[in-house]
Amino acid sequence: MSAVANTTAPGEVLIEVRGLVNRFGKQTVHAGLDLDVFRGEILGVVGGSGTGKSVLLRAIVGLLRPTAGSVEVFGENLLQLSPQRRSQIEQRFGVLFQSGALFSSLTVAENIALPLIEHAGLNRDDATHLAGVKLALVGLSMDTADKYPAALSGGMIKRAALARALALDPEILFLDEPTAGLDPISAAAFDQLLLTLHDALGLTVFLVTHDLDTLYTVCSRVAVLAQQKVLVAGTLDQVAAADDPWVHDYFHGPRGRAAEQAAEKRRQEN
Amino acid sequence: MTATAPTFTELDTALTPPRLRIFGEWTLPHYALLEHELEQLRGRVDAQTPVDLDGIARLDTAGAALLAEWLGAARLRDIAADSPQLSPARRALLETIGTALDAYRHSARPKPRSGLLLLLERIGRAVESILRQALLLLGFIGLTLETLARSVFRPRRWRVTSLVAHVEQIGLDAVPIVSLLSFLVGAVVAFLGATVLADFGASIYTVDLIAISFLREFGVLLTAIMLAGRTASAFTAQIGSMKSREEIDAIRMLGLDPVELLVLPRVLALLISLPLLSFIAMLAGILGGALVCVFALDITPAMFLSVFHTDTDLRHLLVGLSKAPAFAFLIAVIGCLEGFKVSGSAQSVGEHTTSSVVQSIFVVILIDALAALFFMEMGW
Repeated sequence: MSAVANTTAPGEVLIEVRGLVNRFGKQTVHAGLDLDVFRGEILGVVGGSGTGKSVLLRAIVGLLRPTAGSVEVFGENLLQLSPQRRSQIEQRFGVLFQSGALFSSLTVAENIALPLIEHAGLNRDDATHLAGVKLALVGLSMDTADKYPAALSGGMIKRAALARALALDPEILFLDEPTAGLDPISAAAFDQLLLTLHDALGLTVFLVTHDLDTLYTVCSRVAVLAQQKVLVAGTLDQVAAADDPWVHDYFHGPRGRAAEQAAEKRRQEN
Repeated sequence: MTATAPTFTELDTALTPPRLRIFGEWTLPHYALLEHELEQLRGRVDAQTPVDLDGIARLDTAGAALLAEWLGAARLRDIAADSPQLSPARRALLETIGTALDAYRHSARPKPRSGLLLLLERIGRAVESILRQALLLLGFIGLTLETLARSVFRPRRWRVTSLVAHVEQIGLDAVPIVSLLSFLVGAVVAFLGATVLADFGASIYTVDLIAISFLREFGVLLTAIMLAGRTASAFTAQIGSMKSREEIDAIRMLGLDPVELLVLPRVLALLISLPLLSFIAMLAGILGGALVCVFALDITPAMFLSVFHTDTDLRHLLVGLSKAPAFAFLIAVIGCLEGFKVSGSAQSVGEHTTSSVVQSIFVVILIDALAALFFMEMGW
């Protein structure tokens, strides 16, 4: 039932990145990067430290104006839209930032209720109620709801932030290293949660990660960032077979092999 | 809301038993409308009414949550299982939301308490935290003095470089702002004195007013308040950001004493700087007053100096300066202590910085008032 098997033929393109160039001062992060994200897939974006995975994510969601090139989401270029139209598109995104980025002055429930009140026009009671359902959806109990983010553990913050990202039922979910800093059990639980939500909500997921286990467990497609562009993109098997020393080391190094064997074992058990 | 045909639900009463059809867009934008329609159906539908989900055009978590809540998770699961036309994704969604809703219901929220009780609780907490803070401050003062006593006879452990750097930051860099501020306040006090005293034909006593007020009170008080804002906050922010990045823990793990390393140089630097700055502030204030006397009251500089010389005792200066070390010590200790109280986040650094400024200004003014009372009673 897992989404790994679900490598359907590419369908509708939701995100289209063409000729993206990002430069900070003299340092070029991306040079002519092309990438497509298809509806319903879980795309894992991997690459060494400093290859601009997070920068790519920020460029796609429109937080960063690229030096050159175009990014189209739902067929529109965010940076050229009117603020109202852009906000409408942004409501179809859910973004989970690396450190959660929960608002520290609001309780967890208020964090999730905020977009529901602001954008969906719900009253406070309905919003709080729905926020509770979202919290339960990501596996957090109700005593978390009235806590402030400072009182939560790393794994709980990631889950609460995911609940906020899911508040408006987004079509695309952007996750920036969701399992970084989690213990292996929490990380595995997060992977399962992501798969469940993906199947149930029909999400498209753009997943930046370093975690090989996550990659093998959840991703339907993988894109490797290196040499300032997308080196290879395709199913895990296609990418792992690519003829590049970095890709080879990444997928066939000791950790890569271990993750692959673990994933293989899981598949057989299912 | 007008009584138009329902857009999301319809009870087909032509059939026996009546059949409930659910259709349309069950999504977040229609949440309020959906809720309203479900409310109207309540009582007309019981647990046995067959439900037909096939007409749903769109469904998201909000709509699924409403359905699950209204029908109950178990019932919804049965209905979903009996609806062959339902897509697997939609069935999975209903299933997941139903489970989540059950989990939400089972973990009961703590009941909100009454406002009066909350008010009393907050008052209690505030009083407790003031007491705690006072105790903590006393403890920290003790710790600082003890560390000072231990290192004072060991010149090898004096942090001279750090001390000099702090004196520059706290003392030298503050000279312009402290002197400008005192100069202006001196001028204002002179104008005030002139306005009041002129009515009695006693304008010449403006000189005494300026001299005594600046030597006894304003010089040191203005400086202390300036440094409480400028230096206590800096101490808290410096130590606080070190605390939040675990640098303090690292110092401890290297077998070093953070009080000796971080607090002593700051306390000593402020003990050196504040009296000196106070003296500069006194001079600047008296200069400001003198200029007003010269240009607005026709008191010549020579006359100003001679009145100043004959009427002002040295004890006023000593009374004023005697308070400086106490202020310096308290400002430095409060600034450092608040820094050590920072926990983790950047927000905490901000909160404690504010708190350290408020506390040190409060303590400075409180001590000054007590000292004024004491010196008056002693006739000094």
